[in-house]
Amino acid sequence: MTYKENAKKYIENYDLSIGDTIKVNKEDISYTGILLDRPEDADDGYLVLKLSSGYNIGVAIDNTTAELLEKGDKPKIGYDETEIPNDPEKQNISIVSTGGTVSSVIDYRTGAVHPKFTASDLVKANPELLDYANYNVKALYNILSENMKPEYWVKAAEEIANDISEGADGVVIAHGTDTMHYTSAALSFMLKTPVPVIITGAQRSSDRPSSDANINLIDSVIAAKSDIAEVCVCMHGSLNDEYTYLHKGTKVRKMHTSRRDTFRSINAQPIAKIQNKKVNINPEYAYTKRGENELELNTAIEEKVGFIKSFPGISEEFIEYHIDKGYKGLVIEGTGLGHVPDNLIPALNRATDANIPVIMTSQCLYGRVNMNVYSTGREIIDAGVISGLDMTPETTYVKLCWALGQSSEINEVYELMQKNIAGEFSKKSSIKDFLN
Amino acid sequence: MDYEKLGLKMGLEIHQQLNSEHKLFCPCKTELVDDDFDELVQRKLRPTQSELGEIDRAALQESLRGLNFKYENFENHTCLVENDDEPPHSLNEEALDICITIACLMNMHIVDEFHTMRKQVIDGSNTGGFQRTGMVATDGYLETPYGKVVIESLGLEEDAARRVETKDGFTEFRLDRLGIPLAEITTDPSMHHPDQVREVAYMLGQILRSTNVKRGLGTIRQDLNISIAEGARVEIKGVQDLDLMAEIVNREVQRQLELIDIKKQLAERNAEVLEDIHDLDELFENTESKILKSAETIKAVVLKGFDGLIGREVQPGRRFGTEIASYAKKRGVSGIFHSDELPAYGITQEEVDKVTDFLNIGEEDAFIIVAHDEDIAISALEEVKRRANLGLEGVVEETRKALDDGNTEYMRPLPTANRMYLETDIPLFKITSDRVEPIANNLPELPDVKQARIIEEYKLSEDLATQLVKRQEADMFEAILADVDVDATPVASLLAYDLREIKREGHDINVLTLDHFKGIFTLLADSKIAKDSVRKLAIETIKTPDMEISEIAEKNNLTMLSEDDVAKIIAEIVANNEAMVKERQMGAMGPLMGMCMKQLKGKADGGMVNKIVREEIQKLL
Repeated sequence: MTYKENAKKYIENYDLSIGDTIKVNKEDISYTGILLDRPEDADDGYLVLKLSSGYNIGVAIDNTTAELLEKGDKPKIGYDETEIPNDPEKQNISIVSTGGTVSSVIDYRTGAVHPKFTASDLVKANPELLDYANYNVKALYNILSENMKPEYWVKAAEEIANDISEGADGVVIAHGTDTMHYTSAALSFMLKTPVPVIITGAQRSSDRPSSDANINLIDSVIAAKSDIAEVCVCMHGSLNDEYTYLHKGTKVRKMHTSRRDTFRSINAQPIAKIQNKKVNINPEYAYTKRGENELELNTAIEEKVGFIKSFPGISEEFIEYHIDKGYKGLVIEGTGLGHVPDNLIPALNRATDANIPVIMTSQCLYGRVNMNVYSTGREIIDAGVISGLDMTPETTYVKLCWALGQSSEINEVYELMQKNIAGEFSKKSSIKDFLN
Repeated sequence: MDYEKLGLKMGLEIHQQLNSEHKLFCPCKTELVDDDFDELVQRKLRPTQSELGEIDRAALQESLRGLNFKYENFENHTCLVENDDEPPHSLNEEALDICITIACLMNMHIVDEFHTMRKQVIDGSNTGGFQRTGMVATDGYLETPYGKVVIESLGLEEDAARRVETKDGFTEFRLDRLGIPLAEITTDPSMHHPDQVREVAYMLGQILRSTNVKRGLGTIRQDLNISIAEGARVEIKGVQDLDLMAEIVNREVQRQLELIDIKKQLAERNAEVLEDIHDLDELFENTESKILKSAETIKAVVLKGFDGLIGREVQPGRRFGTEIASYAKKRGVSGIFHSDELPAYGITQEEVDKVTDFLNIGEEDAFIIVAHDEDIAISALEEVKRRANLGLEGVVEETRKALDDGNTEYMRPLPTANRMYLETDIPLFKITSDRVEPIANNLPELPDVKQARIIEEYKLSEDLATQLVKRQEADMFEAILADVDVDATPVASLLAYDLREIKREGHDINVLTLDHFKGIFTLLADSKIAKDSVRKLAIETIKTPDMEISEIAEKNNLTMLSEDDVAKIIAEIVANNEAMVKERQMGAMGPLMGMCMKQLKGKADGGMVNKIVREEIQKLL
């Protein structure tokens, strides 16, 4: 129960519980309904009643009396556990749930959409999944995507590697959308995979009939059965419930706060389009095929990496702070081709002198960093900063975390940063790759 | 019909669009759009678990229809909220205040805290698969000539998207109407006579019209709840015409009585709906029936003991078979064939006999045939079986659609209460006394009260007062008379009648402001213009709204002549007709008046002309 203070006392005083049918008498009216819990962030002056019409209302408790009409059960959310059948003819797909909108339901506790479903609930809520594969489902953790931390990437990578070594023909990870592209990049660097690893989610929570979760999930399973043995994000390709795109895990970014087609390939094209349950692979894409790689897991990672966005008037203190606090590496989201104001240059020098790698990316997101064009850029290069090429700032950040896990030597880290580990950059900028 | 003996009970549910500037949860205008849409978005909906842990049966029913949807988006008239691609914005407080006004006018108790709910509707009319709705007030009442009627609840909710067409498996909706605020008023089911329902619907309409609500076709929708003692509750949607209400009630009572009788007869015959679905493809291999010939497969079910009852009329022109067919149609077939109507539709007696033989059925038994693709035929026959089984129990709880002739047609099962769960994207909204009191202390006058007062206060005819109130011109009328001391009738008749004609002639009457009206009627009060010129002056003012009214009158030659000028003109006319005056004496008055008025129309008061003509004649005698 999340009622507090006055409302809590009131409920205890009348010996009421959530789910009871009660009557609240006010001076000139009385309300009969089921007592529901109140959102945690709401105040303590009201009770929430579900009337027989189905409507909820808030009743101010001042000058009221209450009576219990009938004891009730607390409404239960979720399905009963049932066995998921196994068909030896079908491929085995592992579904790993991490929480987020793709696997969430309304929560009385806070009155908000909350990740409460487990992966097994997913299969039961989407029974047509059984037409496509056998499933091994696991709720790895249950957190909101904004609460994701690098240590969870490690846990996810280990779990996936484990599933693959135990015979999974593909893995689907259900993930909140906010930080999905960080996780997809992290898994791309940590895993060499012989099978598809597909990350998916939903922009409209799965508790609503219009949710995009069902299509994203089904298409992810289809992608997980395919020949594309890479870490990918599978999400709606347009506002229509028509097709999804399979994006390379290192080249994808959330680009809209609320649209279903929020995930876009940046400085790249999607690997494939999935429509009518068919994977249509982009013919220009040289992807890693199923079985081409041996399973390899490399989860060494450095969490103390700073991520700084430049802006007009930024003070060198932003850089100094990170050096003083012992950060092991810095990613800068510079302006334009990869710039920061020149007052930052001494601090950048100080950082690289202190063996702290600094990588320059662009807040333009689209296009490639090039610090040779303007004098400030050249000074930044002279300060020991290297280019993040055409990687997104987020992928660069994740890659630096990973690279610092491999070595603490700035030169070795720089070498890794300029080596293509998981298709995170390309040498050529195509005319096609903008705002699409 | 003895309604009391039948235990007839009725309630009303009225949906009225509010005239707020913005939609309930986004900043789009509350206007419908006739432009071409800019983008078409395709969607699917799936039923989900509701807050209480069970999938709702009405929602499940809709989902089985497997419809896909298209939504017409507009770059300027709609936004991402309607398209379900952006969370709703905060509650529109203007709409809430209109509802509080309506609640006060119906003596209701306003809730302390408004919770926005999601009501699952997966027919596609809401992009999210639910309608956002909340309870504003409960437990009010209306005094009617038939006694007190309890107003159970007043809800504030989003209107649904407008359905455009269903084609190629897609139902297309236009998003312009989605999200327009609606007040939903529900009475208790305590009305016992059709005339009472009509009266209450009228009174509710009057109350709504005194507040800031939309007017015109489609802005108010009336649903009727109806049951009789042995029957079941049925909700009839979309009763447009109040005058049709009594007929709809009578026909629904008739339908329920027939279904009860059918149930009794079925019980006597030990009737039974058999499980098996039979394949009749071979029997109809050489059929002449075009419908059967073109179908992929022909299937049938047996209804033991139903013979003769399927063809039984339950409403004028609608049979029990029509009821069964309307369930089957929800699965995509265009109709069914039942044994009570065969041979027909190209199906011969010989074929009927073959079927009877094949199905091995007796004289009291019936069969129903469906011809379509395999999946659809089976699914439709499952519905036929379900509806036939429900027939064994009598009347079914249903949502039905009102038809133009007073009949009704099955739409879907009645929704259950747990279709609703909390809309978590919108914060709870406290309705404090600081908000309610100023509204409660400043309520609009109800139309009939206003009308009676206007008749009394301004000595207007009932007809004029009715029209003023009906056309929402009463406030303008009173504002003009508050400042201008002029006879009320010409003011009222300009506002109530002339404006409408002027509009019909193609003039934009919205140009006219209170100041314009005051200017026009000040000229009339000062006898600067004639009563007859008011209409013409109003038209000219619309053409040049920035010019002084007196100048407009002058320019258009509408100003009255001075008495001296009038006298001169009349003297001349009389002089020219001296011979006639001499001959006919005062008998020349008529023809001379005619001649003078022809020349002086709009330039002089008729009474004055009459007086001067009389004087001039007398001078000559």
